[in-house]
Amino acid sequence: MTATQDKTKQTTIFTHRLANGMTLVGEPSDSVQSAAITLLVPCGYSADPVDQQGLASVLCDMVLRGAGRRDGRSLINDLEVLGVERGESVGASQTSFSAATIAENLSEMLAIYADIVRRPRLPEDQLSAAKLVCLQEINSIEDEPSQRLMIELRKRTYPEPWGRSSHGSEAGIAIIESSDIQGHWSRYYRPNAAILGVAGSFRWEQLLEQVEALFGDWKASDVPMIVERQSDQSTPHIEYDSNQCHIGIAYPSVPYRDPNYLRAWAAVGILSGGMSSRLFTEVRERRGLCYTVSASLQTQLDRARVLCYAGTSEERAQETLNVTFAELLKLRNGILPEELARLKARIKSGLIMQQESTSSRSGSIAREWYHLGRVRTLDELGKLVDDLTGPMINEYLEAHPPQDFTFATLGPRPLELPCEIS
Amino acid sequence: MKFRSHTLENGLEIVAECNDKAHSVGLGFFIRTGARDETDDVSGVSHFLEHMVFKGTPRRSADDVNREFDELGAHYNAFTSEENTVYYASVLPEYQEPVIDILSDIMRPSLRDEDFNMEKKVIIEEIQMYADQPPFGMDDRIKELHYGHHPLARSVLGTEFTVGELAVDQMRSYFESRYASDNMFVAAAGKVDFDALVKQVESRCGSWKPSLTLRDLPPYESQSSFQCVPRSASTQQYILQLADAPAAEDSRRFAAKLLATMFGDDSGSRLYWELVDPGLVESASLGHYEYQGAGMYFSWLSCAPEDAVENFSRLSELQHIAQEKGFKAEELHQAKSKVKARVVLGSERPRNRLFNVGGNWLQRREYRSVDDDLKAIDAVTLDDIEGVLKEFPINRHTTVTVGPLEKWPT
Repeated sequence: MTATQDKTKQTTIFTHRLANGMTLVGEPSDSVQSAAITLLVPCGYSADPVDQQGLASVLCDMVLRGAGRRDGRSLINDLEVLGVERGESVGASQTSFSAATIAENLSEMLAIYADIVRRPRLPEDQLSAAKLVCLQEINSIEDEPSQRLMIELRKRTYPEPWGRSSHGSEAGIAIIESSDIQGHWSRYYRPNAAILGVAGSFRWEQLLEQVEALFGDWKASDVPMIVERQSDQSTPHIEYDSNQCHIGIAYPSVPYRDPNYLRAWAAVGILSGGMSSRLFTEVRERRGLCYTVSASLQTQLDRARVLCYAGTSEERAQETLNVTFAELLKLRNGILPEELARLKARIKSGLIMQQESTSSRSGSIAREWYHLGRVRTLDELGKLVDDLTGPMINEYLEAHPPQDFTFATLGPRPLELPCEIS
Repeated sequence: MKFRSHTLENGLEIVAECNDKAHSVGLGFFIRTGARDETDDVSGVSHFLEHMVFKGTPRRSADDVNREFDELGAHYNAFTSEENTVYYASVLPEYQEPVIDILSDIMRPSLRDEDFNMEKKVIIEEIQMYADQPPFGMDDRIKELHYGHHPLARSVLGTEFTVGELAVDQMRSYFESRYASDNMFVAAAGKVDFDALVKQVESRCGSWKPSLTLRDLPPYESQSSFQCVPRSASTQQYILQLADAPAAEDSRRFAAKLLATMFGDDSGSRLYWELVDPGLVESASLGHYEYQGAGMYFSWLSCAPEDAVENFSRLSELQHIAQEKGFKAEELHQAKSKVKARVVLGSERPRNRLFNVGGNWLQRREYRSVDDDLKAIDAVTLDDIEGVLKEFPINRHTTVTVGPLEKWPT
């Protein structure tokens, strides 16, 4: 099947590296009315000082409290008058700013984002409000059992600092001072390793010119290497007063830039992608054990994990854990050709539908650059999917069987964790 | 973009917004049935039935249904609300016929006993899941308090008890009366081959029978009250409010949406600047929701329990100020820009247009293009906003708060 090749419009992806190391990646399209940007700034939670976890998150809130000639209120109001839909998030290695609007407002929107990352006012009198906002987020997670469980699972499966919660900790946020914000911003908000992805209706030459003017004189800065260490192993169970018990299982996989990534991703897709996938079929459809069960491959630059989740009532939690775990082990025996055919169909229609959202395209091309240092068109990705075969995935699974599992549970009572059989 | 429609002899309507430039097509069956059409003894049946629809037909097992959808690379799902049940799929245009084949087939499910009993467990898990999450079932409680015995107060999920007690025969008879050809329609958006669609639907659904089912639309008299529900296991305190607002068929709904954006959008609104930006609350928002014969403003505030009383009185004060003094021209301008951009950005995905086309048809049997909506938003004036405030005061509401507070301090 070569649907993707036929159906994706032949688009060109342009890239340009500024002298200061910032990369611009653009995918123009004339069939949409919107334009979207994703700006990845190399300031992730992994760079938070160990006693100030949450610094990148507070800083992300602070840069929006006024920048350039605008105070906080006019910054937000001006973005809204431009019709900008925006979002910010802090990841392991980056703070991501995403924004989309109607195409004619792209250039004005971009100029405001240049102010936000390069000329934030970081007003001292707003720091306590910013810290409160971040503390509110931490408190709200206490009432979201599944989120809390997954934060715990990530903490347990990744070495420090890669498994931290992006929200940081109450204690870490409490001691942050204005000088910390200023210092962290001047060190980490930098052009080297920053990536700007733009997708939608625009002209590349014009964009390039504007980006050079807005970011060309941004000064590069060096940052210390992240030192990795073993994370503290807490007990796998969190006691929680709830109806349901929440179960998390993680195991190592390969990161995006690994040549085996597509195979690893496909294997997880067979586990959990579509309602005919193994986990949904075995845990929910055949046994009615839970409403939600899923697995996904989460990748960072140098490491990746498969993270599985299931939420179920307490009396059926042990069976849910056992059945879910058995499916992970069964994956070692390989996949069936018809499972792969279904997966391919899903991936390919997903790729084609991605063209219908400039926001998701700007994010995808920026992240591709981050992981690979180059960007593939949807067309190229489609061909890679076409070339994927069952034996390729099975070979991968044989060499990298799901193993070295990490567990976490949250609920009224702990569960009996399976002993690994290899 | 071009609107097309057709009605089969049995009353089944087909409506579509055809866009040749789209890469995909969104297709769905929209059934005019939901919690408000239920009775006490079948509370939760609409939603349970939505699950059962995926459990197979005389031609397909449950596994076949899931497998065949996945073979087409379809992105598909379903949802149930107070007044509709919707089944939808997005596919590449060449799969229009096969996906219509599956969707129309599952609209006539077998409702087998063993599947019913198995799926009941999943529904109860779903009920328990929501019971553990904010607002801990209080969204149902507040509707009961506000609407009393009116059908809109009915819970979509039902309770563990009502679902547990439900018998498969009750579901079968509910299905017979509600999933009739004249109580549902097919909607499509994106790269639709409309002439083919009519044939594809006709050949599969042409023999379905109409039932002349009507929806009971009693008038309602809403109540205004305050209730504090203690829940010691929570960390945060949650405040929910419900107030009357323009209904689905009321042209003032556009003014109501802009009012909600100015007052309580999650960014740049009055609630945002007064409560969210200073970090006083985790979230505070106001949204407008429309139903047949009734509309509602739904407010939500969450914060630390010790700050709840003060935040609540600030919220009340802001509502009072808005009610007495109205809004400013620049606020309206900002809200319009934001809402219009959302309409345009959202319209790029056929799936979003499907919900728009289907939603308009459900509520008003009308087609509205993106331009129609943009114009309606543009046309709203400050006088319109004032008129809506006068008719639907935002400070006359029902309040439920849930969280660690044992009782609300007076």
